[in-house]
Parts: sequence; structure tokens; C-alpha cells
Amino acid sequence: MMNRKKKIIIIGGGLAGLALAMKFCERNGEVTVVSYQSLKRSHSVCAQGGINAAIDAKNEGDTPEKHFYDTIKGGDFLAHQPLVRDMCYQAPAIIHLMDRMGVAFNRTGEGHLDFRRFGGTLYNRTAFAGATTGQQLVYALDEQVRRHVHDGAAKTLEWHEYLGAVLDSEGICRGAVIHDLRTDEIYALQADAVVLATGGPGQVYARSTNSVVNTGAAATTAYMQGAKYANGEFIQIHPTAIPGQDKLRLMSESARGEGGRIWVPRDANDRRDPKKIPESERYYFLEERYPLFKNLVPRDVASREIYDIVYNQNLGISGDPMVYLDLTHKSREFLDNRLGGILDIYTKFTGVDPRETPMKIFPAVHYSMGGLWTDYGPDNDGLIDHGSPRNQMTSIQGLFAAGEADYQYHGANRLGANSLLSCIYTGLMMARGIMNYTDSLEKSVEDIPSTVFDDTRAHWQNRFKDIKKMDGAENPHKLHHELGDIMLANVLIVRDNKSLEKAVHAINDIETRFLDVKCLDTHDWANPSPSFINQLYCMIHLSKIITKGALMRDEFRGSHYKPDFDMNQPKDFDPHEYIDYLEQKQYGEVSVKKFPADHLDYMKRFEANNEKWLKTTVAQYKDNQPEITYEEVNTSLVTPRPRKYD
Amino acid sequence: MTEKNITLKIKRQDTPSSSAYWQTFEVPNKPFANIISCLMEVQMSPTTVDGKTVHPVTWDSNCLEEVCGSCTMVINGRVRQACTALVDNLEKPITLEPMSKFPVVRDLQVNRERMFENLKKVKAWIEIDGSHDIGEGPIMPDQDRAKRYVMSECMTCGCCLEACPQFTLDNTFLGASTFNQVRLFNLHPTGEMRKEDRLNAVMGEGGIADCGNAQVCVEVCPKNIPLTESIADIGRQTTWQAIKNLFTK
Repeated sequence: MMNRKKKIIIIGGGLAGLALAMKFCERNGEVTVVSYQSLKRSHSVCAQGGINAAIDAKNEGDTPEKHFYDTIKGGDFLAHQPLVRDMCYQAPAIIHLMDRMGVAFNRTGEGHLDFRRFGGTLYNRTAFAGATTGQQLVYALDEQVRRHVHDGAAKTLEWHEYLGAVLDSEGICRGAVIHDLRTDEIYALQADAVVLATGGPGQVYARSTNSVVNTGAAATTAYMQGAKYANGEFIQIHPTAIPGQDKLRLMSESARGEGGRIWVPRDANDRRDPKKIPESERYYFLEERYPLFKNLVPRDVASREIYDIVYNQNLGISGDPMVYLDLTHKSREFLDNRLGGILDIYTKFTGVDPRETPMKIFPAVHYSMGGLWTDYGPDNDGLIDHGSPRNQMTSIQGLFAAGEADYQYHGANRLGANSLLSCIYTGLMMARGIMNYTDSLEKSVEDIPSTVFDDTRAHWQNRFKDIKKMDGAENPHKLHHELGDIMLANVLIVRDNKSLEKAVHAINDIETRFLDVKCLDTHDWANPSPSFINQLYCMIHLSKIITKGALMRDEFRGSHYKPDFDMNQPKDFDPHEYIDYLEQKQYGEVSVKKFPADHLDYMKRFEANNEKWLKTTVAQYKDNQPEITYEEVNTSLVTPRPRKYD
Repeated sequence: MTEKNITLKIKRQDTPSSSAYWQTFEVPNKPFANIISCLMEVQMSPTTVDGKTVHPVTWDSNCLEEVCGSCTMVINGRVRQACTALVDNLEKPITLEPMSKFPVVRDLQVNRERMFENLKKVKAWIEIDGSHDIGEGPIMPDQDRAKRYVMSECMTCGCCLEACPQFTLDNTFLGASTFNQVRLFNLHPTGEMRKEDRLNAVMGEGGIADCGNAQVCVEVCPKNIPLTESIADIGRQTTWQAIKNLFTK
């Protein structure tokens, strides 16, 4: 046992990082939060619709077990089940905690928390603060961390960038190299553990619903230092976003949760004002195709259907790649109270008021289910041992990951309002494990020779010196957009191996051209150019992980849709047949008389496909390329089965 | 018919201590263009209208949908977020300047640390016992929640302070955003328990009494927060607190 406080460095000031900072301070640890910008401005503020917890405030019979099942099914059974189950069981306590911290959650007539519907479930399970829930949650955690800073327990390094982990001779993480974005100074910090809570990689696509800082650079650097990166090919495309030049702004799923309906004119040539098109001439395609979940099918399903309507049926509004999201049947007062924030965003960016006129929306890159591979310590009850030092640890000892930067909670497709939950859950849950990890170390960070820190620092100082010397012909920002265009054209909603192979080659070309980049600015004060070039380098490598993972995975699962491998579930199939089928199989070959022939054939194919592909993709950095292998998924609690939402 | 190109006149400054200078850029006009997308165009070809290649303009931004508060700057003389400043709605040529009430870091970036420090001064947080599970939060009428929600949308962007005649680079005035936070936390059933601390923090120099009642803060707030109501309310609360202090201290 060491004689001083345990000290950790948290990279990132979003929900996961702040939740951990607060918890670690409460456990009398010493925390440094490193943030690319001022705290309070992280991408978590962009989350809009809400956060899930099965509190069953509406007496519908909702339970954490049902939340668990919906999440696992929504993720097409690719997530490790004990973790998801633990998260769902912790969710009610998390909501109550956030409420105690002053989050202005909407309330019922009696003054309790109110809940609304979200995608992929039939229950009112989503707590919300207007339509800026992420912002409100970040502020509440930020306030608690600010309080700890005020009391001297936590320290913040804002306007600092994480460059890489300091690894000792045994490969254990002992600290981090940090770059002061104002003074340009690069230095190494010592710590007992380093946590990457650095969010997602949407900038790999250049235009997405993500913020400017979401380059995935920190996670990619960890990968290049030897950490495993998992399920990279599972990128969520959100069905409803607002088109834009600089960004595709999110239009929250809560718009549909509160009754918003998606439709297009039945006649592709109908150019009338949408309000003038009578009900009978509107095609509410999600409602017709999915009579049970209607407009609230999971995001992967909704995005594919919109894609189909626009590109296969050619029914996009006025021939453009857009569909209507309609809230005009709801009263202004109702909309202002429950969705005001997002409707104002739409109005500000399009000049059109969605309270009066249906919105025009289209899918956009939104979230990465994949991320750094992290470990966990299960207990004997199908939940998680919160004291396990394995929790959230990457494959580099002492380097942890949390929030969108990890991969474990959403499988092949995330359900709406589960991301805020997984961020706060991981941050809170992992604190005790890190404390225990620190106790288990044979050597303390003080015993590590200073050369370990000096060498890593020097490596990064040289790297930045070299970047500043880059004087080629390529503009790094243009190259970034070209990379984004390749990803948008080939690695999006509908994937095929020919396009993916094309993308692999195109990315290699970008990598070659990267060597000819020009560092546009060589000043040593508040100069973002060298950092951006380093991030671009990381994004190129991350795009390889995503693309190669997608190319190799020859199946259709969740957000990863390859029509060539669609098993074409029979229309009248019931997923329970599959459970029946598995049971009967235990007694030998299933008789062909037991199920309709096409069902039996489908179930056999489904089973064989799961044998092969119900696996975690693991990318490791070898010879400048991702080397892909596969790992078993923990499906110990519910039997994987075909998904169905109609 | 919109213009083919947009002219941007940008006030630049290399370091906090160096002097400012202006440069003019021309960027292509594209559908849905906003100030951020124009600045991105400048990054992609950082050449002024005089044909001089310069280092790209620097600015702060993150969410690009007006919830993070990062990209505040002075556009055509008015303080606002660059992301929601749509080019079609702006007079041309467009002028961009950094905020004047905060120290310039570089170009359009300023240091708003003072705003965050003020949050500490007024203890803008709820003093919870700890983050362990001790059950539900306080029951609250939805009307009170709605009142707090509007105030809690403050994204520390600085617009209200830039516009405020009382708030200057070198004084200690706390400003509208900070007073609004005091009201936000005093309205919460748990936050109210530390009401006195917060009110005592806004008495004296730089406090609520220094507000000149110019009422411009509320006009520039991008989130339509009722800042003047907050100021009036905190004024009243502080007066009562001052009287109470006379008898108890």
C-alpha cells in the first residue's frame, strides 16, 4: 500500500470522464482532468432526447431486466451480456443521483420524474430535461467536479491535448504525454492509471452529427501503442439529421418519441406544400412496415428504411435525399415544453419552424458502437463485480477507457438514450476497480526510472517538430474532407465488398498523400495546425480499422448491413420459433414437419451465421495495418435470436 | 439570387500581447453556409484577397449547433455564436472580431476563464452528500422545474457579458450569467440550503449592486434566458439577506 493518495489522469471532460472524476474524488483519490477545451463544452452536450432507466413511473410493468433485453436485442446480440445487465440495473440509481444533483428533468403532475418513449422499446423509459438532456447532465457533473476543484481534490488541465500513454519496460501505463494547446509545451505526467474518456470518432467521416473534437485520435493512438480496438465497423447512422455544410445536425429521436411521424408523398412527383397533401396521399412507411414499433424502430432499421425509400423507391421529397419528420399535429405548447431546444435548432439552421411545417431530414453518421477493447470482471449473479480491477481496462495494463471510447455496451447497434447511460455508468462503476488496481501494483510509479517518461516525452516532441517541418503540397483540411467523402460513399448504411475494397485502396492513397501535407502554421502559440495534422494521421488509421472490419465481416448484423448477406427473414416468422427450434434440437435432428420449410431453412442459416459471426471484431496494429481477429461474445444470459420489430 | 462568393473581413491577432490587424478573405458561397463553414473554407485555402498566403485564422468551436457555447464572436458588430450565423442572413461583407471583454488568445479565440472562476465564487452547484445511491431526489412541481430549466440552458458563452456596459476587461463585475446561476441554484430545494453563501458572494464589489440596469444582456442571450428577471430577483434576495445579516452577524 502506498502512503499517498492514488492519482489518476482522466482524458476528456464529457459525461464519462466527469462521472469518474467525481467518484474518484469522493474515494479520496487525486484526479487530473485533461480537456481539449473548457469543461462544459464537451460533445456530451449534444445529446438531446434523454437517458434510459426502467423506473416504471407509468405502471407499464417495465423492469431493468426488460431494459436489458431491449438493449441486447437492439444491439443484435453482439454486446457482452453481464455488462449490459449491470448497467440496466444501475440505471434507476443513476437517474436519481442526477436528479439530486439538480438536473431539471421534466416532471409529472405529482412532481416525480417524467418519462417518454424512445426507439427499440415499447415502454416509457426515457427521463429527459426538455430536449437538451445531455447538456443538462454534463452541467450537473461539471458542477460537482468544479466543487471538487474548488475544494482542492481535483485539478483540470483545460486546453490540453493527450498525445499518448507512457509505458514502462513491462508495457504498463504509468502516465500520459500532454500537449499544452496554448504554449505548445509537451510534457509527461505521472499517474497510477490513465483513463481515456475521449468520446467517439465521427470526424473520420468529416460530416456527421459529431462535434469538432470527435476525431478518435486518443483511442487510435492507444491502438497504435498496442491496445486492441474492437467492433470498429459498427458505426451508427442516426435516421434523422438536418443537412448542413459544416455539420449534419441531429434531430433527436425524442421528436418521434413524442409523436413525430415520418412520411413521404406517395407520388414521387407530388411537389405540393406538405400541409396541402391529404393523409391518404402520404406514405407513412415506418408505420406501415412496422405496425408494432412504428416510428420508433431502432435506429439501424429506420436508417435502412429511409435509405430504401429515397434510393430504391425514389420517393425522396422532390427527388432529393430527404423525408418528412412531422410534428405539426401537436400543439405548440406541448412541443415547446418537451422539445423546444431541438425545434429551435431546426428553426435557426433552416429558417423553417417545425411547429408549422414538417421538417426535412436524412440519416447521418452519429455514434460508434465500437471503440477500445476493454475488460470486465463478472460476478456470480450475471452482473459485474464493481471492485474488479479488470473493469474498463484496455489491453494495455493501467490504461482504461470509458464512455463512447470503449466498445462494450451497445453491440451492433445502440438504442437511443442508452449512450448517456453507458457514459455515466462506466464512469461511476470503474472508480472502485481502479482503486483496487492501484493497490495490486508491485511497483509504484515512483519506482519507474525517469528515463521512461523522458523518452516518451522526447518522442512526441520530435513528432511535433517533424510535423511542423512538413512542407508539402497537400492541405490537411482538404485531405480530411476527402477521407470523409470516401467513408461516406463506401462505409455507410448499405455496404458491399466491392465498395469496401475500393475504400481500402482510396484510404491507402490518402495515407501516401498525407506524407506530402503542408503544416500551414508553424507558430508556437495557440497553433492548432500541428495537432490537427497528428489527428488526421490518427483518423486515417481509424478509417482503416472501420473499413477493414466492415470488409471482412460477411454478414448483416445491426448497423452493419450487407445486402449480399441478408438472410431474408420470412415475413411471418416469429423469433420464439427459434427458441423452440433450439430446444427441439437438444433431442436430435429437428423434424421438417415441426416448422414451415422456409422457417426451418432460415433458422438453420441463422444458427450457422451466428456460429461464424456472433463474435467481437478485434483490430490490432501490425505492420502499419489493422490485423483482424475475432473473440467470443458473452451470451450467457439470454439466447441470441432473430430480431423483429413489426 | 445569392452571391457567388462571400467576403470576410477578419480581425486577427497573433498573440495576447501583439497588436491586432485586419485581413480579408473571399470564400465560395454554398447552401446552408454559416460562419463556421466559411472559416473552414479559409482553412482549406488560406489566401487573402490580395493573393497573400497566410496562416489560417484560428477560432474556438465544438458542437456547431449552439449548445456548447464555444464559438462566440462579434459578427457584423453583434456578439453571437458563429455556428448559427447563417451567411444568407448577414450583411456583406461580413466582419468577424473576437469578443472585446475577454483577453484575446489568438485571432477569434478569447480566454473566458473568468466566467468559470465566477461559478466557483458563487458555489454554482448542489451540495450533495455523495454520489452513492440514497434514493430519489426532491419532489418538485413541474412549473418550478420549467423555470429552472430555462435558466440552466446557459452555456457560458459570454454574449451577455460582451454586451454589458458594466462588464469590462479589468473590473471584477460578476455579470448577468453568474447572477442567473445564483438564482438557478437558490431555486432548487437542496440548493436553497446554501442560499446565504451564494447571496453573500454577490454582495460588495463586482456584485449585484453594480448592475447598471442597461438590460442589453437579455437582448443578446442566444438562449432567451430571462436574465433581467434573474438580476431583479437576485437583487431582492440580496437585499433581504443584507437586512438579515444586520441582525444576525
